[in-house]
Amino acid sequence: MNNLAEMPLDSLLTTHPCVADFFGSLGLATANVPHPLATWLEQLPDEAFFDAGMEREQILTHIKRLIDEIQAMGEADNGQVGSLILIGGRDKSGVAENIQLNLRAGEIVCIVGPTGSGKSRLLGDIECLAQGDTPSGRRVLIDGRPPDDERRYTLDRKLVAQLSQNMNFVVDLSVREFIDMHARCRMVADPEAMTGQVIACANDLTGEKFTAEVSVTQLSGGQTRALMIADAALLSASPIVLIDEIENAGVDRKRALELLVTGEKIVLISTHDPLLALRGDRRIVIRNGGIAEIIVTSDLERRNLERIERLDATIMDIRDRLRRGLRIEEDILWTA
Amino acid sequence: MRLITVAGSPSVGKTSVILRASEILRQEGLKVGIAKFDSLSTSDDKLYAQKSFPVAVGLAGALCPDHYFVSNVEDCMAWGQRQELDILISESAGLCNRCSPHIGGVMAVCVVDALAGVHTPKKIGPMLRLADLVVITKGDIVSQVEREVFAYQTRLANPGARALFCNGITGQGAADLARAIHQAPETDVLEGARLRFPMPAAVCPYCVGETAIGETHQRGNVKKMRFNDRSEAA
Ligand SMILES: Nc1nc2c(ncn2[C@@H]2O[C@H](COP(=O)(O)OP(=O)(O)OP(=O)(O)O)[C@@H](O)[C@H]2O)c(=O)[nH]1
Ligand SMILES: [Mg+2]
Repeated sequence: MNNLAEMPLDSLLTTHPCVADFFGSLGLATANVPHPLATWLEQLPDEAFFDAGMEREQILTHIKRLIDEIQAMGEADNGQVGSLILIGGRDKSGVAENIQLNLRAGEIVCIVGPTGSGKSRLLGDIECLAQGDTPSGRRVLIDGRPPDDERRYTLDRKLVAQLSQNMNFVVDLSVREFIDMHARCRMVADPEAMTGQVIACANDLTGEKFTAEVSVTQLSGGQTRALMIADAALLSASPIVLIDEIENAGVDRKRALELLVTGEKIVLISTHDPLLALRGDRRIVIRNGGIAEIIVTSDLERRNLERIERLDATIMDIRDRLRRGLRIEEDILWTA
Repeated sequence: MRLITVAGSPSVGKTSVILRASEILRQEGLKVGIAKFDSLSTSDDKLYAQKSFPVAVGLAGALCPDHYFVSNVEDCMAWGQRQELDILISESAGLCNRCSPHIGGVMAVCVVDALAGVHTPKKIGPMLRLADLVVITKGDIVSQVEREVFAYQTRLANPGARALFCNGITGQGAADLARAIHQAPETDVLEGARLRFPMPAAVCPYCVGETAIGETHQRGNVKKMRFNDRSEAA
């Protein structure tokens, strides 16, 4: 690419659509220019550069960087992560946590604790891949090593995706356009197929089905959650997913977990939901801002999980019948 | 002393992230002060003073705050030196998306707001395109998808620059910003340094107070819109 300046502009624009977008955002008309880029830039009046807010050399450098950047994005491996190690710091009173937690790809761990106890602080530490530089003093190792700065800073290929409860859609797009936009910026080979797959998976997770044409801003809480989980599992660049509560009505939690696990992600869920908390192999107990304990799910708990699932199914069934306008008058059997 | 220019549209979260990062830098034993530039009024000085950071305020009034900035930045440097600052951060609002106070050789930060929508990075001019570091705020209130798309668009708007998410309220990400500021080059004198690009022209009667509307008042540097129902304008 060292003779970029000598490339005819029109062929440059066909091979690199990003350059066309860039000139578009500068308000420069570039249609049918057979001359080399440098010649074309020479010919533009000074006023055009003044309006664009960039000088000729800056434009040339910018285009070089842009082409390199797009190439780097296309080549970057998707950063599979085999393991995440969390090395304890201290709680809010400065008491050492004395804990090391090893997580493997495909593993789901729940975080439990009273509201305000510091669950978000723990998710936050993982999100920023803390290196003893947050108030908790915790450290995160990726595949056994501290992540290099590059890793911490690559913005759109962040290691950690976070699905939070209080999110909004700012764009007003249909579900299809929305997921398609994500697929394109992830540079997947077949964005349309991927979009279809994400939407189908999301519908699989929610009792209230939605079409690809509905606007994302019209989705219910459960539908939104389902869509974000399906997107995180299939399309997100990040091998680590943090979820802030999924108990939101209307999402099939068991299937959601299965979907996330098949993506070989490391998943941490902050939750009070027994169906989630007891399904993982382990759960982290947070107290006073610190990790108080890591509980391994026992056989007795697993047996109880089955009972709770049956209870939950009973309630889901009642809810479904209510939705369909039926009466709930039979003697409900709670013996699980 | 290190000078850091921080620019961003009104209310994107500049003060919030500067405060979060400055608190971290102060804990590391550095003395941080802020020069705040705005057009009409600001209460940011109170926010900085509340956290006991030395602050100087410049109100540009009828001038563009970024033009005003350039004429005052050396005096700000002198102020910072009198205050014995290790780090002087200037905060200014890129009101027109065109101006910005970034100076060659001085660390330039642009703050953008994820709430503004995924197309915003494309629309912001030199303030974003020529910054060394882009800080994205309010990621907490948009979806994960929009965060990823916004990050991608930011990368295209300023390829190769460092960019990071920072939550101005919780301070999540502020440690990374503080670290970047820590590594910024020292600035001892500004005389002879250059802006990274020229600021917008201001040479028509309206720049100097004309209020009357009409063809006869449109003199100097005038540019007319083109409409698609009219072939080439006369
Ligand atoms: N949710 C959320 N709110 C934020 C974030 N950062 C800033 N805010 C809020 O956004 C508002 C504006 O923040 P400021 O820091 O005053 O913005 P500014 O850019 O300094 O504004 P001006 O100096 O007046 O142009 C405040 O109410 C902040 O609390 C963020 O990351 N998330
Ligand atoms: Mg401010």
